[in-house]
Amino acid sequence: MSTITRAEAPELTPAPETKPPRRRGRWTPYWLLLPGILWLVVFFALPMLYQASTSVQTGSLEEGYKVTWHFATYWDALSQYWPQFVRSVLYAASATILCLLLGYPLAYLIAFRAGRWRNLIMILVIAPFFTSFLIRTLAWKTILADGGPVVGALNALHVLDLTNWLGWTAGDRVLATPLAVVCGLTYNFLPFMILPLYTSLERIDPRLHEAAGDLYAQPFTTFRKVTFPLSMPGVVSGTLLTFIPAAGDYVNADLLGSTDTRMVGNVIQTQFLRILDYPTAAALSFILMAAILLMVTLYIRKSGTEDLV
Amino acid sequence: MAFVNWLKRHLVVVAGLLTLGYLLLPNVVVTVFSFNKPKGRFNYEWQQFSTDAWKDPCGVADMCGSLSLSLQIAVWATLGATALGTMIAFALVRYRFRARGAVNSLIFLPMAMPEVVMAASLLTLFLNMGAQLGFWTILIAHIMFCLSFVVTAVKARVMSMDPRLEQAAQDLYAGPLQTFLRVTLPIAAPGIAAGALLAFALSFDDFIITNFNAGSTVTFPMFVWGSAQRGTPVQINVIGTTMFVVAVLLVLVSMALGNRRNRQKA
Repeated sequence: MSTITRAEAPELTPAPETKPPRRRGRWTPYWLLLPGILWLVVFFALPMLYQASTSVQTGSLEEGYKVTWHFATYWDALSQYWPQFVRSVLYAASATILCLLLGYPLAYLIAFRAGRWRNLIMILVIAPFFTSFLIRTLAWKTILADGGPVVGALNALHVLDLTNWLGWTAGDRVLATPLAVVCGLTYNFLPFMILPLYTSLERIDPRLHEAAGDLYAQPFTTFRKVTFPLSMPGVVSGTLLTFIPAAGDYVNADLLGSTDTRMVGNVIQTQFLRILDYPTAAALSFILMAAILLMVTLYIRKSGTEDLV
Repeated sequence: MAFVNWLKRHLVVVAGLLTLGYLLLPNVVVTVFSFNKPKGRFNYEWQQFSTDAWKDPCGVADMCGSLSLSLQIAVWATLGATALGTMIAFALVRYRFRARGAVNSLIFLPMAMPEVVMAASLLTLFLNMGAQLGFWTILIAHIMFCLSFVVTAVKARVMSMDPRLEQAAQDLYAGPLQTFLRVTLPIAAPGIAAGALLAFALSFDDFIITNFNAGSTVTFPMFVWGSAQRGTPVQINVIGTTMFVVAVLLVLVSMALGNRRNRQKA
């Protein structure tokens, strides 16, 4: 009530302004942007330039490095480490597809079938995030241990024969094979697939399902023609959020894999932190960045979703 | 036959719950193995039940120190990223300015970049500047990669806000500061809180960027990484289990409080 009484004093109103008062500060947006954008320019964009410059330098740790436009570093790095690049793309792509196959039913379940369990399941999807991912990745060493129940079951079901034949596992082991690395990658990035899928599924009006049913669509047809197309934005951002970090990851390959499963992330890490060959490491990292940006751009063009931000 | 029909109808539910099991299995293992008494240096095989690690969680050299360092960094990184990110989000939603596209891509790119690329390039910057690697370089890196996530979270909330609420406040003679503090900020608060929570979780759990830019400073994830090479103490599992339980409890409590408030309003 007090607000109304105060409003009865029109003489307090300042002369009508041409602009609404909220827009008074012409410089306000720039002041708001300045600190954060400066931070990103100095600690994100500028380092990229430094890295580009490092990749064309030659020299040694003792004598210092000079920019000599030595582009051969790129060629040497690619010809020496192309298997690791191919492996990164293959592992990340497999993990992304597995995440989509595993994550879709769970996202669908939360969005349409969970009822009053929805919040609980949502918490259970997010809560593991709060246990350090390294601890959880180490737990896979126990789960996939040689002679453990999982390996035993896979052996009994002759799954290992199939995966051995495909080259995903070797002998009676799952640990230290590509299968273990892909399994770890899938596990680590699954929530990044489930959350965007859930967000776009949740927006679908359930009456559309009923309408499809009324028009004699079988449940699977409803899914194929109605649900899945409408969830495409979630599929696109989910696959990107899974593929990009998986392609650059080196933790899973290191903890669950062997020297035969090294990914490009492992090479960059070793070159940078142990061998201290900065030009090669910078070149590798630059190639990885360019490759991923190229793939992402093509993928977004093709799937026609522009508003990811 | 009845079973096949049942399975057909509930296929999505069964598949979804299997995925949920896959997601939670490692947490179960972490919890169970926090009660293990391993024979060697590694805690990968079950030996016998024991509560030794729970009675002496800080019994491992350097572990609790690294944990408190990680918490400190996470708190400061959260404060920094939330302040800077909220300001950017408000500028993006509320104002017109030049170079909007460039600002948007500068915020999107860190999220679309593999961590190892950001980590390596930031290290080249620090090496070129001759910076001493440690607490400050970790903090700088964490604020950098948390910033974009805060912007996204806050932006979503501010965009869905009805601008007429602020106009109404101003029609009722609230000054710009008063409007901001008493109308805008309370409405934007859930978005800011979500952004801050995300920043805290990302910073606390970050390994790759920290590993590159920490020098000889050891955060908790780096301690775990090192222990995977040297031998994993059971206490790691105690910390992992505690973090999981505390997170679930906090969410449950906040949900219960939210429910009660809603019921009181109704």
